[in-house]
Amino acid sequence: MKRTPIYGMMAEFDSPTLLVEAAHRTHDAGYLKIDAYSPFPVEGLAEAIGFHKNRVPLVVLIGGLLGGLSGYALQYWISAISYPINVGGKPYHSWPAFIVVTFEMTILFGGIFAVFGMLALNGLPMPYHPVFNVPRFAFATKDRFFLIVFSTDPKYSPSETRRFLEGLAPRSISEVPS
Amino acid sequence: MDEQRQSASPVIEPGYTFGTVTDKISSIVLTRPTSNGWFLGFGVAFLLTMMMLFAIGYLFARGVGIWGITIPIGWGFAIVNFVWWIGIGHAGTLISAILLLLRQSWRNSINRFAEAMTLFAVSAAGLFPLVHMGRPWLAYWLFPYPNTMNYWPQFRSPLVWDVFAVSTYATISLLFWFIGLVPDLATLRDRSTNRAAQIIYGMLALGWRGSARHWHRYETAYLLLAGLATPLVLSVHTVVSFDFAIAIVPGWHTTIFPPYFVAGAIYSGFAMVLMLAIPIRKFYGLEDFITERHLQNSAKVMLATGLIVAYGYGIEAFMGWYSGNRYDSFLLWNRLHGPYAPWYLSLLACNIFIPQVLWIRKLRTSPVALFLVSGVILVGMWLERFIIVVVSLHRDFLTSSWGMYYPTRWDWMTYIGTIGMFLAAMFLFVRILPMISIFEMRTLLPEAEVKE
Repeated sequence: MKRTPIYGMMAEFDSPTLLVEAAHRTHDAGYLKIDAYSPFPVEGLAEAIGFHKNRVPLVVLIGGLLGGLSGYALQYWISAISYPINVGGKPYHSWPAFIVVTFEMTILFGGIFAVFGMLALNGLPMPYHPVFNVPRFAFATKDRFFLIVFSTDPKYSPSETRRFLEGLAPRSISEVPS
Repeated sequence: MDEQRQSASPVIEPGYTFGTVTDKISSIVLTRPTSNGWFLGFGVAFLLTMMMLFAIGYLFARGVGIWGITIPIGWGFAIVNFVWWIGIGHAGTLISAILLLLRQSWRNSINRFAEAMTLFAVSAAGLFPLVHMGRPWLAYWLFPYPNTMNYWPQFRSPLVWDVFAVSTYATISLLFWFIGLVPDLATLRDRSTNRAAQIIYGMLALGWRGSARHWHRYETAYLLLAGLATPLVLSVHTVVSFDFAIAIVPGWHTTIFPPYFVAGAIYSGFAMVLMLAIPIRKFYGLEDFITERHLQNSAKVMLATGLIVAYGYGIEAFMGWYSGNRYDSFLLWNRLHGPYAPWYLSLLACNIFIPQVLWIRKLRTSPVALFLVSGVILVGMWLERFIIVVVSLHRDFLTSSWGMYYPTRWDWMTYIGTIGMFLAAMFLFVRILPMISIFEMRTLLPEAEVKE
């Protein structure tokens, strides 16, 4: 007989300060696969759980370059190659006139890459997630702060981890079924 | 009282917690019964929207001849209203993007509905060039796409730039608004007790769970989006002004247009924000979140941008005299003494003289006075676009091609109808989505700060 697989162990806190402190202590204790949940962005929390690699800026840079280059190339190809029209003797490749659309396309692609890149890196949309199985987790979008140690962490053990989290003086502790 | 007056009033009144902020804003959507006032307001706005659809339906059947446009005034109400609406839309992005980069935390309580206002104003604006086209079913010809006619848009024309600027602006505004909504939609998902609402808000929330990794990327993306939207918002009205400035018509062909259009846009945008915020905070009891400070700051922005607009008028008049160009000086004379002189004088009163009362602190902090002054500014900015479009066109170089413009009932029905559409959308918005950003309000509370 196999028990329900466990996704992790979750502790609930009252304030962002307590959560950041708890996250620091958990990370320092050698737990590496952890995450924290808060109802608003908390300064220093990502660093506390050991998250440093943020690729959103790179994605936006790629999007912006792609948009600007393709916008300019589109106008060049149309105005100089595919459909050349002589307007008042201006050169076919009249680059000053192409700046506005190039600029707008840079912004458009940069913005679209920022939003959809962020969502993709976050793995969203994801309507189901094991953390939603914890009834108290509904308060993570209101006024409670949660810390989770995933069961995939090499140091994870149901009894040890629970004891460790209890030492952080949380409001409650729950096991997260997956 | 004196002490209170000395220290600036707060962005959020003291005594709130994460929980009470959440409940106060989300309960407006989730538990508060829909009032009769809402039904009345929405009903009127909806009827006006129907009137607009009727006017546009008749337009599609009969053609633009039902409007007052004739040669020489080929750009009548459609372009006046397009510029007016798109200008109003500017405040939303200014508040959400530029004030975010400038770390003006007071923006957190007004950015959400200002962004919604932007979206609806841009929708109303976008309608006008489409229906003005004569053959609106061919509107997609504006975009470059491979076709059997072997035809492409003319990229040296500011009208094509405008297509790109306005559609980029609409897309980015929508993305910015939606991405700001996602964490709040998650709050509504978790707070609501109604199964249908849980599913709808849940799907829209994309499964947001507030993970620290997610927040980190989210904040980066939001900041970068703000950085991209900042030059965008300044570029949109600049490009709109190119539609005029690149033509050679006297009164259009001037280099002051881009900055003066952008300032005018922000001027009218803040006026619309105040006209919406003042009744909303009153009816929904949100005086603790949209405080005197917000009203004062918006009034100060209006004063500053209003003075830039006044400078624009001054330079136009000065150049009319200083250039020595007979057509330019005639334009100035014609504005002051021609058949549209009462409109021009009302414009000066509405945009320059009356708003100067905002220098008086007592009026700047009085919601009723601000509401009225904002209304005057919105009328003034509409008159400005009317003067620019109609008065410049009606008497240009050749006296033989002079004419007059008389808007018809269809012009008025379409214009007033778009106001109805805008208000109907706003009414729906305050009823089904959180009109103040809940998660950003939480960050304003003193407890949100992490103490070492």
